[in-house]
Amino acid sequence: MAYFIQQLVNGLTLGSIYGLIAIGYTMVYGIIGMINFAHGEIYMIGAFLSILAFTMLGVTGVTWMPLALIMVLLVAIVFTSAYGWAVERIAYRPLRGSQRLAALISAIGMSLALQNYVLLTQGAGVKTLQPIIRGGVILYATGNFTVILSYIQIFIILLTILLMAIFATLIARTALGRAQRACEQDRGMATLLGINVDRTISLTFIMGAMLAAVAGMLVTMYYGVIDFFMGFIAGLKAFTAAVLGGIGSLPGAMLGGMLLGLVEAFWAGYFSVEYKDVASFGILVLVLIFLPSGLLGRPDVEKV
Amino acid sequence: MLRLENVHSFYGRIQALRGINLHVDSGEIVAMIGANGAGKSTTLMTICGQPRARSGRVLFDGDDITHVPTFQIIRSGLSHSPEGRRIFPRMTVLENLQMGAVASDPAHFNDDLGLVFDLFPILGERQQQRGGTLSGGEQQMLAIARALMSHPRLLLLDEPSLGLGPMLVKQIFDVIGQINQDRGVTILLVEQNAHQSLLLAHRAYVLANGEIILHGTGDELLADPEVRNAYLGGGN
Repeated sequence: MAYFIQQLVNGLTLGSIYGLIAIGYTMVYGIIGMINFAHGEIYMIGAFLSILAFTMLGVTGVTWMPLALIMVLLVAIVFTSAYGWAVERIAYRPLRGSQRLAALISAIGMSLALQNYVLLTQGAGVKTLQPIIRGGVILYATGNFTVILSYIQIFIILLTILLMAIFATLIARTALGRAQRACEQDRGMATLLGINVDRTISLTFIMGAMLAAVAGMLVTMYYGVIDFFMGFIAGLKAFTAAVLGGIGSLPGAMLGGMLLGLVEAFWAGYFSVEYKDVASFGILVLVLIFLPSGLLGRPDVEKV
Repeated sequence: MLRLENVHSFYGRIQALRGINLHVDSGEIVAMIGANGAGKSTTLMTICGQPRARSGRVLFDGDDITHVPTFQIIRSGLSHSPEGRRIFPRMTVLENLQMGAVASDPAHFNDDLGLVFDLFPILGERQQQRGGTLSGGEQQMLAIARALMSHPRLLLLDEPSLGLGPMLVKQIFDVIGQINQDRGVTILLVEQNAHQSLLLAHRAYVLANGEIILHGTGDELLADPEVRNAYLGGGN
């Protein structure tokens, strides 16, 4: 039982991070109908920017932790969203209206370009960060096993829930959210009502990149080790999460992320750590075969 | 208010408009009638810049809007309720109306909302219902209401009576008349219901194969033997 609870906590932590990245995939898919395969790299850049920011704060001597965390968060969000915006502006907007395949190839090219950009500027080695938030609470202790909920895990899960609540409200209640949903349902009509569609799409990329930046920062604090290639697998996992939840659906991305994190944690805990990626991508295959519209997605066919 | 000068437009390589010249003066209701594929809807869409006129000019209030981005054309006081209604099916009635008001000053949102609920009381009752669950007639009302929410000076209406029963058709035409008379909105109307629209319109253009073949007041065209034969169901 104790071991089960520990895996549950680990799974929710991992799932939070997948969920945050998955929202970027699902929002972009919703609005322009393409998979932004460079999104994993945006998350990787978010991780690098937060290590950079942590290092700079160390140099300047900011030691009060809440302030340090907020500053790193802001730096990561601002600069990462600039990358997210630029990717859309450079690689996707010029191809709007062309075939889907062109945009897909452009996305893969962008992903490789960003990986190599970080490889060249930051080097191939890993970057490490000393644990910033230490300690935790003992949830449950039996004779030979102790369930620990670490403070960093609490931080990750709570911040994720908070951000998801903010985003859900933003999409459901604000003018920007309405404009995004309108573009998703009928882009031409949205234009005919005076919506600046290009701007709405840019903002969607920026919003996705903001959450990816947070995920990058959290993962850096959680594992303490990052490298230029980390966005590839994480991106595919988050994509799997988005497909599992129903691509295009925001609650779906959150749910899919959580479920995938749990599956991975339990698989790693009970079967094999080495094969946890097999479990994740096995899910992707199964979902694509048996439930292509995902758990909360709409079937493609729609009553007009 | 609106003037098209020798407008040509294309879908890919297919030419849809072959030199359209028309004008709409402030306060008028102008109708465009013609067979399917004559270019009526294309004319309205070309005014909004989708597709753009490949040659010729579109003037709105004397300004050349031929190359102005669509969303800016809409923000300059023109509103288009396009073919096929195109309401947002997974948004509520209220959200659809809020989308209609994107181009207008938020200060008069509540007044505009009150006005469209006066015109279409059923929409007031169904504010929280999703657009896709409305009946065809209600969807058409929502499409017109949404176009009115931007507080337009010029309203383009594409087939507002399409697919509706006779009672609803009459109601829609009454509302179009009211919008024009009571609110002073200038209207350019495309209709397959030639008889009703010629009765309502001050002036009308007849289109065929992307060209204007006839032009006159509503009454003149109603009396025209050629129009009666081709568009009003024979000499009755």
